[in-house]
Amino acid sequence: MRFELTADQRLLQTATADYLEKSAPLGVIRALHDEGRTFDRDTWRRGAELGWTSLVVPEETGGGSVSGEGVVDATVIAEQFGRGCAPGPLAVVNVVAAALAEAAGADRHAGLLGRLLDGSMVAAWACCAPGRGWDPEAGAIEARPDGDGYVLDGTHDGVEHGGDADAFLVLAHTPEGLSQFVVERDADGVSVLPLESLDMVRGFARVDYAGVRVPATALVGAAGGAAAAVERQFQLAVVLQCAELVGVVERVLEFTRQWMFDRYSFGRPLASYQELKHRMADMTLWSESGQATMAAAARAVQERRADAGELVSVAKSYLGQRATDIIQDCVQLHGGLGVTWEHDIHIYLRRATVNRLMWGTPSAHRRRIADLLNV
Amino acid sequence: MTATTTAVSDATGMESVDSFRLRAREWIPANLRRLADLPADEGAQRNVSSDESAWQRARALQRTLYEGGFAGICYPKEYGGLGLTSAHQRAFNEEVAGHEMPMRLNVPTFTICGPTILDMGSEEHKREHLAAAIRGDEVLVQFLSEPGSGSDLAGATTRAERDGDVFVLNGSKIWSSGAYAADYALCLARTDWDAPKHRGLTMFLMKVHQPGVHIERIKQVNGGDEFCQEFFDDVVVPASAVVGEVGGGWAVASRQLFHERNAVGGGSPYFSGARAEGRRGTETDALIDLVRRTGRADDPYARELIAEAHALGVIHGHLVDRVTAGMRTQKMPPTAGSLIRLFHGESATRQAEIALELAGPAAAMSAPDGPDTREVGVSFLFRQATQLGGGSTEMARNIISERILGMAREYAADRDVPFNQVRHGR
Ligand SMILES: Cc1cc2nc3c(=O)[nH]c(=O)nc-3n(C[C@H](O)[C@H](O)[C@H](O)COP(=O)(O)OP(=O)(O)OC[C@H]3O[C@@H](n4cnc5c(N)ncnc54)[C@H](O)[C@@H]3O)c2cc1C
Repeated sequence: MRFELTADQRLLQTATADYLEKSAPLGVIRALHDEGRTFDRDTWRRGAELGWTSLVVPEETGGGSVSGEGVVDATVIAEQFGRGCAPGPLAVVNVVAAALAEAAGADRHAGLLGRLLDGSMVAAWACCAPGRGWDPEAGAIEARPDGDGYVLDGTHDGVEHGGDADAFLVLAHTPEGLSQFVVERDADGVSVLPLESLDMVRGFARVDYAGVRVPATALVGAAGGAAAAVERQFQLAVVLQCAELVGVVERVLEFTRQWMFDRYSFGRPLASYQELKHRMADMTLWSESGQATMAAAARAVQERRADAGELVSVAKSYLGQRATDIIQDCVQLHGGLGVTWEHDIHIYLRRATVNRLMWGTPSAHRRRIADLLNV
Repeated sequence: MTATTTAVSDATGMESVDSFRLRAREWIPANLRRLADLPADEGAQRNVSSDESAWQRARALQRTLYEGGFAGICYPKEYGGLGLTSAHQRAFNEEVAGHEMPMRLNVPTFTICGPTILDMGSEEHKREHLAAAIRGDEVLVQFLSEPGSGSDLAGATTRAERDGDVFVLNGSKIWSSGAYAADYALCLARTDWDAPKHRGLTMFLMKVHQPGVHIERIKQVNGGDEFCQEFFDDVVVPASAVVGEVGGGWAVASRQLFHERNAVGGGSPYFSGARAEGRRGTETDALIDLVRRTGRADDPYARELIAEAHALGVIHGHLVDRVTAGMRTQKMPPTAGSLIRLFHGESATRQAEIALELAGPAAAMSAPDGPDTREVGVSFLFRQATQLGGGSTEMARNIISERILGMAREYAADRDVPFNQVRHGR
């Protein structure tokens, strides 16, 4: 439970929770999975009307937060996504929208931005080298100046919702340095290979660029000037992911606690055995600690504080590990049921595991912290 | 010496946090020594050194704070405090980082005993003892644990018998940290042996050094001897020493445990001095020094361990904020202090483990003429103190599962049984 929400944020929270419960209960998620789909476009568009896509984008560029703190608002949504393992490209669309809105010369991309905000289009952030985790230097493909534009060559892997994207925000090296481009999915030379995901509905893709020609106007911000924006986008992606983890864990602990009251052995409920009570106490503590740290990180990213990068990494290094620790132990508490396809707990474990691995593993985030501390 | 910057107050007459902070910023360097400047033998700020002089120094520092107008920040004015808020205390704690403070007076005097007296004591207790403590004239300690009962605190068997206007105490208390240097103690004793255990207790605010009290020091594994055991032999305590009601000692003890969990967990608003949690504290810097000295600053594993230890400190700070807010707004029950208490035990344990790993063989030995690298090893040996002192982490887990998650209470063989029929172990 979040303590610090404003009345408007609580409204956003319940509206999102209600809508997700109606439009994407776990049964729907299983059905989407069986059909090999990741999410439903109509559902997404209506979610956009609730504000899912526009919170971190300033009003001047067509967005708007509910509380004046768009990043915090977005984590409220992400937490609800976690509680329901909801389908939809929440993190990436928000990250790309923020990137487009915040870049100098943003009106160049006003068209795409508008369609991201109204939910009619989806964009993904392509920024990781094949087989590599978060490492923007390694992840940037080559962008060679050519006439009044650039030619892109290379491959991105692990592109979240890349299979669904109508456009990509592509991380690349120009001679000036780290840069970002908007590349349309159906541009010549772009090929997208959807990958098999561990998650039920969160898709990933590999994107190949073979001599893809883009005009200079495809640049987001200035050529060579993307490093700060990339760090900011990364922080946003991670904090949304952490909020999702918080929601996942909270929900799993709720139903596991109930199960412990309902399930009997030797004539008494599981919830009466001290060994099991103590494990629940530990898991509650981890969940509360994660919630507290995620909320602090969200505020730091919102305020663009100097310690935001560190806090985000503290949150992810902790939540990434603890979330899977908790859910695995909850699997254990469910006995044999816990390892069946039929029981829902694996849907949560999938989401948590994918979140643990993407946008920096806990160990990668610890290395980031050490770098930031100048060890 | 008082600060020259003048206080700026708001409409209610309370000084603003910013104004208070600025005054503290000016006053501190003029009145408190920098830790870095302390002679090596005085550097033992961390409650380890057990000698009278360290306690005398703490009292003198407290008096300096009092005279400067920076003592008892969150205590009410009528009892000698400043009547300000936890935000003021926090600002002061931030400003005072790196300076010498009477840290050993925080636990239990200001964070546990003082607030318990504030909640449950008589007007006379408050006027007399809180003001004296804030002036640096009184140190308070806890006489709770006994040789036969620690976790099962309500099983206390120290006997208090009424004799006209006084009570006469017999029995023994143990693990009372710092009792040898203290003035008064909150002492839980049994006044009714026919009632079930929780209903036969009474809390006394008793003088520590008086006829019939014999104190022995107990040496700890880390070499300190803050632990004390007291033996009571017909100790006479006036009836005015009763805190709360006769027979109502458990209500007082419960409040005391509430404050103790907050204090140990790092959430007490009465704690004065730099805190380790929540920011890049001395702990992180010490670990960084350690890997530099051992040449492991580039070892990715060592770097990750440092980051992990640091992250635990940061998370602890945010958890404390969350739980404090949760309890204040009643979104969490008062027992939620067990969460921060448990986090403290678990994180301190992990941090001790990490420090040992980073120090390597240096933690096992140190040269007589070099830096005390063995300190890390010594802290490791004393590690479980963080899981025991302030109520064990097992008890914290019981409380979390039962009082927060609503799970079944543990079976207790002594529930509703007259205490004189309850079985005891050794
Ligand atoms: C550094 C330090 C400072 C201290 N300072 C003070 C002080 O100033 N004043 C004071 O009065 N006391 C003090 N104590 C004592 C402390 O409160 C007790 O040590 C603590 O409450 C545990 O009690 P015990 O030692 O009697 O252990 P026991 O109660 O005998 O417990 C032994 C073990 O059994 C476990 N256990 C017991 N009952 C249960 C149960 N129902 N369920 C699960 N596990 C259980 C405990 O958790 C522990 O692991 C201090 C202790 C330390 C380490």
